[in-house]
Amino acid sequence: MNACLDINNLSAVLANGQRVLRSVSLAVQPGEVRALVGESGAGKTMIGKAVLGVLPSSVRVVEGDMRLEGEDLGKLQPKARRTLIGARTALIPQDPLTALNPSRRIGPQMTDRLVRILGWSGDKADKRVRQLLDEVQIRDPDRVLKSYPHELSGGMRQRVLIAAAFAAEPRLIVADEPTTALDVTVQKQILLLIAELQREHGTAILFVTHDLGVVAKISQKVSVLYAGKVVEEAETAALFAAPQHPYTRALMAATPRYTDPLASLKPVDETVLAGLAAEIAMADQAWRRPHG
Amino acid sequence: MAEPLFSVRGLKVALPDMTRKPLIGRAPLAEILKGLDFDLPKGSVTGIVGESGSGKSTLGRALVRLLEPSAGSVRFEGRDITHLPEAELRPLRRDLQMIFQDPMSSLNPRRTIASIIAAPLKQNGLGDNLRTRVAEALQRVGLPQSFASRYRHQLSGGQRQRVGIARALALSPKFVLADEIVSGLDVSTQAQILTLLEKLAAEMGLTVAFISHDLSVIRRLCQQVIVMREGRIVEASATDALFDNPREAYTRDLIAAIPLPEIDADWLRPPAKAPA
Repeated sequence: MNACLDINNLSAVLANGQRVLRSVSLAVQPGEVRALVGESGAGKTMIGKAVLGVLPSSVRVVEGDMRLEGEDLGKLQPKARRTLIGARTALIPQDPLTALNPSRRIGPQMTDRLVRILGWSGDKADKRVRQLLDEVQIRDPDRVLKSYPHELSGGMRQRVLIAAAFAAEPRLIVADEPTTALDVTVQKQILLLIAELQREHGTAILFVTHDLGVVAKISQKVSVLYAGKVVEEAETAALFAAPQHPYTRALMAATPRYTDPLASLKPVDETVLAGLAAEIAMADQAWRRPHG
Repeated sequence: MAEPLFSVRGLKVALPDMTRKPLIGRAPLAEILKGLDFDLPKGSVTGIVGESGSGKSTLGRALVRLLEPSAGSVRFEGRDITHLPEAELRPLRRDLQMIFQDPMSSLNPRRTIASIIAAPLKQNGLGDNLRTRVAEALQRVGLPQSFASRYRHQLSGGQRQRVGIARALALSPKFVLADEIVSGLDVSTQAQILTLLEKLAAEMGLTVAFISHDLSVIRRLCQQVIVMREGRIVEASATDALFDNPREAYTRDLIAAIPLPEIDADWLRPPAKAPA
């Protein structure tokens, strides 16, 4: 069976030749949640953008391929690629306030995509959106659909965007830090919703986060990133049972835990960072040889 | 017990509610803090936790008198500072320092790090031996001396927060308000900054109000915790007691909502439907 998403040996560079993605390989199977975890600059958001075909113009993919349900995205004409990505993927962004148009009501913003990209009738789209609002436990869809984004709380806005993401029955959702801006109690509700919808709809999710706690709760597989390189890749349960890479172990020790305050919040050891720098330098050297 | 550094009774703060401001005229007042009572013991680190809109930052600003309370009293070392005019507050300012969430916006982009750290020293008549004092401040927060001539944009997030700490501690204050100081930082940097603050607070005998939304961080750093919700104190107690035996349902919910970095298949289970 084809993986839902299969990224193979993907490298991307900035205009000055600096690599920002370093031979990244990862796959997301149908119905599976794969977490991409790392600190700022790790390239996790960049990978999500590459999948959705929205990399900034300053970043150029120079090697590797991405397959969406077996279709090689690099081999498609731009228009066909956009249509395929539009039909089969969706994004749950970090900040729902900037992702929503402040001057339009929620209703048309949610149905637009179904009508314009998927060619649904207005009626069908409206029905579908209401069904999804019900699934994200919004009990007064009429009011919400008529509201402007600023009239809803942060948690409500994120529910709206989750409903919108699932509405078109995408095969793959890229969730980019979808709960980072939320309070913990709201975060828990939103994670619960994403997990439930993901199970019911059998959607594959590429879940970008900096929080190992969220990784542990939401994902089945995980890729740990540093400086655009996958340093460790494992089943989530295995990663937490026995992290292999020194950086993964350091990240775990740095993450605060209220159950174990003294053993957590350990600053990352300099030797770990030096080791990482050497690993990156070596990988770059090996990569540059055939690439001039 | 020794006299607390801060003693707060019946504290209320009302601020203009700009969402209800008429086109012409004043915005009506909204009560943000609705009567708080607590003490901050000398030399203690107190965590103030709450979700957005709980009033935790407003509480911090009222303590250091960036805001004037509308009712109740704030006593600092026994002295009532609730309605002290700015001129009389000024000599107290050096004892009441702040570290902010986003050092990018609280450090002047056009000044060198040395000049940023020196500014409060000069203002407080400590302009002699500036170079030595700045060097000491940098060393205290673990930054190399070469950083003195750098600018804000040449520093990483963690280094900028170290500068924020160096500036706040340069005057050897009695009290430091730390408002979400690690929220924007990566976990590895966060751990460094918290370890630094923990060490300096102990060495200098500081009293710290540590405002955060992260209970895991508070458990590590603070001896006591104030849990806030909608402008009121839900629960205030010693940190271990709060975690081991939370009295209020809201506190229990807050703790249970933290995703620990460990596998727990039950954590994301839908809450059981209440029997009809």
